[in-house]
Amino acid sequence: MIPTLDYAEAGFVCGLEVHQQLLTRTKLFCRCPAGLYTETHDGTVLRHMRPTLSELGEYDGTALMEFKTKKNIVYLLNVKNVCTYEMDDTPPFLVNQEAIDVAIEQCLMLGCDIVDEVQIARKQYLDGSIPTGFQRTAVVGVNGRIPFRGRTLSVTQVTVEEDSCREVRDRGHCIVWRADRLGMPLIETVTGPDLRTPDEVEEAILLIGRVCRSTGHVRTGLGASRQDVNVSVRGGRRVEIKGVPKAGWAPALVHGEAWRQVNLLKLRDELHRRGFADPGSIRVDSQDVTQLFAATEIPVLTAEGWGRWVEAERMRPGFELGKGPFRIRAARLAGLAGTLSWPTQPEHVFAHELAGRVRVIAGLDQPPVLLHSEAWPDTRGARSELKRLRGRLRCGPDDAVVVVWGPEEDTVTACEEIRLRYVDAVQGVPNETRQPFADGSTDFERILPGPDRMYPDTDSPPTRVARERVARLAGPLPERPWDREARYAAAGVPASTAHWLIRRGGAAVVDRLAAATGASVRDVAFLFGERLKGLRRKGVPVDAVPEPRWEELLHAFAARPVLKQAWEPLVRAVAAEPGSPVAGHLAARGLGEEPAAWRTGLAEALASAREKAYRKDDPALVARLALARLMPGLLGRVAADEVAAAVSAALAESTRREEVRA
Amino acid sequence: MNEMTDPLKGYKGKARAALTRFGVKVWSDVRVVNDAGSVFEGVILPRSESLDDLHVVLKLKNGYNVGLHVDRLEHVTEVGYKEARYKIPEKEFPARPSLPNVTLLGTGGTIASRLDYRTGAVIPAFTPGELYGAVPELADICNLTTKKIFGVFSENMAKENYLVLAKAIGEEIAAGADGIVIGHGTDTMGHTAAILSFMVQESPVPIVLVGSQRSSDRPSSDAALNLIHSVRTAAYADVAEVVICMFGPTSDRYGLLHRGTRCRKMHSSYRSTFRTIGDVPLAIVGRDSFQYLTDDYRRRDKVRVPLVDPVYDDRTTILYYYPGMKPDLVDALVEKGYRGIVIAGTGLGHVNKPLYPALERAVAAGVHVVMAVQTLWGFAQMYVYDTGRDLMELGIVPLDNMLPETALMKLSWVLGHTDDHAEVMRLMTTPISHEITPREPHNGYLVMQGGLPETDEWVRGHWK
Repeated sequence: MIPTLDYAEAGFVCGLEVHQQLLTRTKLFCRCPAGLYTETHDGTVLRHMRPTLSELGEYDGTALMEFKTKKNIVYLLNVKNVCTYEMDDTPPFLVNQEAIDVAIEQCLMLGCDIVDEVQIARKQYLDGSIPTGFQRTAVVGVNGRIPFRGRTLSVTQVTVEEDSCREVRDRGHCIVWRADRLGMPLIETVTGPDLRTPDEVEEAILLIGRVCRSTGHVRTGLGASRQDVNVSVRGGRRVEIKGVPKAGWAPALVHGEAWRQVNLLKLRDELHRRGFADPGSIRVDSQDVTQLFAATEIPVLTAEGWGRWVEAERMRPGFELGKGPFRIRAARLAGLAGTLSWPTQPEHVFAHELAGRVRVIAGLDQPPVLLHSEAWPDTRGARSELKRLRGRLRCGPDDAVVVVWGPEEDTVTACEEIRLRYVDAVQGVPNETRQPFADGSTDFERILPGPDRMYPDTDSPPTRVARERVARLAGPLPERPWDREARYAAAGVPASTAHWLIRRGGAAVVDRLAAATGASVRDVAFLFGERLKGLRRKGVPVDAVPEPRWEELLHAFAARPVLKQAWEPLVRAVAAEPGSPVAGHLAARGLGEEPAAWRTGLAEALASAREKAYRKDDPALVARLALARLMPGLLGRVAADEVAAAVSAALAESTRREEVRA
Repeated sequence: MNEMTDPLKGYKGKARAALTRFGVKVWSDVRVVNDAGSVFEGVILPRSESLDDLHVVLKLKNGYNVGLHVDRLEHVTEVGYKEARYKIPEKEFPARPSLPNVTLLGTGGTIASRLDYRTGAVIPAFTPGELYGAVPELADICNLTTKKIFGVFSENMAKENYLVLAKAIGEEIAAGADGIVIGHGTDTMGHTAAILSFMVQESPVPIVLVGSQRSSDRPSSDAALNLIHSVRTAAYADVAEVVICMFGPTSDRYGLLHRGTRCRKMHSSYRSTFRTIGDVPLAIVGRDSFQYLTDDYRRRDKVRVPLVDPVYDDRTTILYYYPGMKPDLVDALVEKGYRGIVIAGTGLGHVNKPLYPALERAVAAGVHVVMAVQTLWGFAQMYVYDTGRDLMELGIVPLDNMLPETALMKLSWVLGHTDDHAEVMRLMTTPISHEITPREPHNGYLVMQGGLPETDEWVRGHWK
């Protein structure tokens, strides 16, 4: 059950970072093709990351955390889409000006002020997602605003940046990345913290998506747009839910995070009540208890169980596995009994928060990552083992116990990380980046980085953006989606169709064709937004049809409205041979021409209909069957109304005759 | 204006005037409003002097930098002042008597560095404390002493630097160092390694040159690992020679020890840029071990007395031959007073015929002319073709498989001792530190050709 929350009362605040790949031929800082994905590799590189100082002389907290994880970082390379730049073995080439143009265009769509000199910065990422250890990124626009639910959604800034690698596998101390996506240009649109409910979050993601797509200069498809959602409640802190793949995921994720923060604040109050007010008051003492579990039947705590898991998961020593032999380590959490089962996200407890940190930072990832005294296993003898364990740790009734297992060094790191997570809990909500799941839950990904991870890219000169360049790009700017939506609504196009057309880039074509052929926007929108969408789903290659064909088709519809009835066979024919003019298809099928003697078939159609009708005395049924028999041959040649009228007349005539005969 | 104290560092012309007008300076924490009403809050950064005078650089609160056109500034209000003190946290390097003593001599380069705002350049940072703060692993290896001898980019290394460096090495050895590491820019590291091989002979301890291909201000830098490898080599390796210690593959795996006279930078930016040419490297430097790849090296022996012989005549050059080279080039060198010419000849050591008279004039003028090969791999074998024989008759001496840069360094060193032609050529053709080897092993030449199925197969199965 999803608990409810009064968002206004909780002080819910949310802002977005919407990432959208740009449609350019090459990547942002090298000449590799953009958008060419591969699932195989022909080279691998092994690297590690080490934190460095920011421009203002500080180490970034995230950077230090990532360094603690001691990750082996593996890159999978393919010569088709990766050069020595992506490997960080060649300095950047000059920034792709095509990408800067597209980014400026996007900024203008979002109502931004364009910065005068675009300066490339390095934003540190030590998770390995970028082999340099930083993302090259630059602010292009600031101070934007878009209309949203009768108010304004502010756009703090828009940056152009290089996309990161795709994660292939992350186990223990080894993370594997595929480098094909790396370096593709994207823009990140950062909104102000203006969103007040989870539903607004979804709506805002979709709106920004439509703004981006209105230009036709962005990529579409899986992974082409992703968003980070920043959430906080009053008294909480900003938490970033990273890489939300679909807008539809957002409401549940955002709700769950708000709920989590409210609960963590309650936990903070409880900790304060128990006298844990400062970080030093948290005491976590741990020791090696491997021997104590020598005869255990808890599967994850047996050396054999560990060995089997290591083999089955192909955890290699020195790569996925940390240093030292298999050990079990137990930590006494003094005075913290009851906090491990403290609720956090819906259906999650505080022990999950600990497990997240241990998994990521200590690299211990055998489920369930840790065992604890508030959800102890019930295998044979487990109760007494816990009792002995509590004795060994000299636990009082107010103390809680956590057990971790794995390579020795990692178990020590894990216990320290548990202490640090409690230190954070004393202060409330830690700044974190969290990974989203489809079920609406999230898990710890890393500490949220701060501004200390930014420093200038000494390899790249700044790009001056003259006002003339901005004016040149502003001139042909496409209609903004809210203007188009209003116009479409006035023309009678349903909002869902309008949104779909804008998202899929069809709106511009609809407008061009309506203008060129005199057809109504409503009709053309219906053709593209509903009919062609249906045919595409059935596998008809409608996207291969060039725009002039559609223009001819719409002209033909206008000249001979009867053709509209035959839209489907006609579109199928055009899609099968997109090179031939529509007139040829019409002539070949005799469409648009009324057959000379079609009325002579009326009698035969009626006779056949009477034969088939199970209620022969129902004239409406008979008429319908007769029409069904006649129409296929007359589709697009005689209007259905006319055929129906002829059938009715013929039926009335024959009935009258029979009555006369009777 | 003293650029160190200039409160408007790097700003000139219109931008300087604007900052002055608004009464703000570099490191001012400001609130800027431009003509579009956009508000920017952040710190004014120094500007690179090579950039235009139209923009003010602001570091925003979120860490991004933007350039604001001075004509668009409406209001600039100073709300504070925040000068960056960019410093690696310095921690005292722990002393442990049981560990070997290593001296790190700094010449510049990017082995440990910080950013310079004014130019955007990377400046070295070097004390043991700074190094310990950045690479704490070093303290487990040795006791470290650092001396900054000069701070130059490696392309600026020249005669005076070589002499000073060789003397400093001699002094450190005399003072009892168990090994010496030299931090050096990578561009001319090969040249320095070669000249030191001649200037410091019979060393009792390892002399290790190290640098980095990715500056140490980046998380992916090879600097830390190179430093760890080189310090371990200096402290423990059994190779008492001048060596270069740099990445083997581009992956973070191991370092290679390359002999100073046989090593060359082979890629402008790859991490694994240094390769031993015409032979195999001396050793692999792993995480906890050395794997020696040959038996043929001088062992560590602390009682051996080094021969420090720092002399250098820089009236020498490399003439990189190309088809159609005009003889006046050679004449010009002679006229300008050059005393030694290393020809990097084509193939087995050739130049075109029109050059002969000029070369003859040069030799007659007492200029010492030697031949190396621009193919880098292989020997100058001037008996094979008439051209070679003709050149030798002119008095040009082939240097077998000595690398052109090594030949230049050696010739400069030799000319520091003598101008006697016979003696010069005797010294040039007598190997001191494997600059000429009697034989080339077949695995001394392996430039694998990508695209070939067997090569790609091998690459697929190995860390690059």
